[in-house]
Amino acid sequence: MLDDFLVRSALAGLGVALAAAPLGCFIVWRRMAYFGDATAHAAVLGVALSLVLETPIFAGVLVISLMMATLVSSLTGRGYAMDTLLGVMAHSSLAVGLVAVSFLDNIRIDLMAYLFGDILAVGKTDLAVIWGGSVLVISLVAYRWSGLLLATLNPDLAHASGVSPKREQLILTIALAIVVAVAIKVVGVLLIAAMLIIPAATARPFCKTPETMAVLAAIIGCAASLAGLRASYQLDTPTGPTIVCMVALMFLFASLFWRLNHHSRTRSGD
Amino acid sequence: MLIETRDLFIHLGQRLVLEDINMGVEKGEIVTIIGPNGSGKSTLLRALIGAVKPTSGQVLRSPGVAIGYVPQRLHIDETLPMSVRRFMSLPHRPAQEELNAAMSAAGVSGLGQQQVMSLSGGQFQRVLLARALLEKPDLLLLDEATQGLDHRGSAGFYQQIESVRQELGCAVIMVSHELHVVMRRSDRVICLNGHVCCQGLPEVVSVSPEYQSLFALDQDEETVYMHRDHHAYSHK
Repeated sequence: MLDDFLVRSALAGLGVALAAAPLGCFIVWRRMAYFGDATAHAAVLGVALSLVLETPIFAGVLVISLMMATLVSSLTGRGYAMDTLLGVMAHSSLAVGLVAVSFLDNIRIDLMAYLFGDILAVGKTDLAVIWGGSVLVISLVAYRWSGLLLATLNPDLAHASGVSPKREQLILTIALAIVVAVAIKVVGVLLIAAMLIIPAATARPFCKTPETMAVLAAIIGCAASLAGLRASYQLDTPTGPTIVCMVALMFLFASLFWRLNHHSRTRSGD
Repeated sequence: MLIETRDLFIHLGQRLVLEDINMGVEKGEIVTIIGPNGSGKSTLLRALIGAVKPTSGQVLRSPGVAIGYVPQRLHIDETLPMSVRRFMSLPHRPAQEELNAAMSAAGVSGLGQQQVMSLSGGQFQRVLLARALLEKPDLLLLDEATQGLDHRGSAGFYQQIESVRQELGCAVIMVSHELHVVMRRSDRVICLNGHVCCQGLPEVVSVSPEYQSLFALDQDEETVYMHRDHHAYSHK
């Protein structure tokens, strides 16, 4: 079954969507969208590094993403605003990564494959890495769920209940780095943030508890992955971007639905 | 003492916010911390719950003391769907009866299914109070819990605190700038402005020169309220 490249691609897409959904919810709730972006951009530097050192891409990306994420969280509140810092670091690391890659003239690499992903080229090893990372992230987030939620709501409430917001932030940071590292093959550096944020944002209007939002975001992400894969096969379009287009479409419909619904509710005096 | 601080110094960034704080609360006591904006009231409370690390000095809790914390007006992001019931079961899911008991003690029975975002300011503060009560606190910490409520709302909220305290017998530390309310209800007042300016019985603090100079701007309002308070005390 795994010998069929379409099956492998579908499984890769599902793996990433499942891990990205609950994490994406936290990124939306904590207004960390830029943070996800910055970590993903830094991944290009990780790619360059692993090519130079001849280590697996996954390892290089993981290390650089982790470094980036910890650096950003520890620098926050020391003189510069978070978004300024992220802007500086995300784009510098992307630029440094791109320059570094250009020095590797004995290796011809397809940069596009890292920027936009190459889900159709996912091999069995890639699949194992993706699902391994995905299961790890899901278990981590599920295990710390209550603490993460409380720390997201209010750091002081968390402290008062004996939950350390710093530790929860660290857990999210690690989970984010793992997701970026496993998703690079599927949607690429530039579109990872989309797979994190858009399914969560799409799910929001239909949910009354955080748990339903995470589950619905996962379903939306999975549906978009499969639909995008199918559409790109039929229309002969790049797969990663097609998946993101699908989820963006879903977001559009969800917001329209919510607008209409909200509007009619306010009119009926609710 | 349920909780006390010893020679507590706290810096936030480069700024010295709290200087040489020695204070404590006995069982069942109501202590109010007053002080102008930026005097370190909230920081002191946050130090008591362990959210701020002291630069030097100590925060000592008697072993096993349960603390309920009601923060200053809490902003919950609209992107986070959260029912009142779910909010109250963070981080530990309480038994159904406990949940109902806490909600009725705080005067918010029947709001369980509502979204937290849809609550009014007063309702939300009571939900926060209910959540704090779930811990079966020996000590209740309230950080400007009535900020943003109108006069009636805040009077009602303090009434609720009073009845909760009578029921649970817990000690209360309140941070407030509503001097008139505070003076009437506390056993002890701590007047804070980076350091402890003065502390003691409300009647004593209110006539102390430190207090007078700190709240000079509020003088007019104060005279009226204090007048009424003295009246109330003389009838006891």
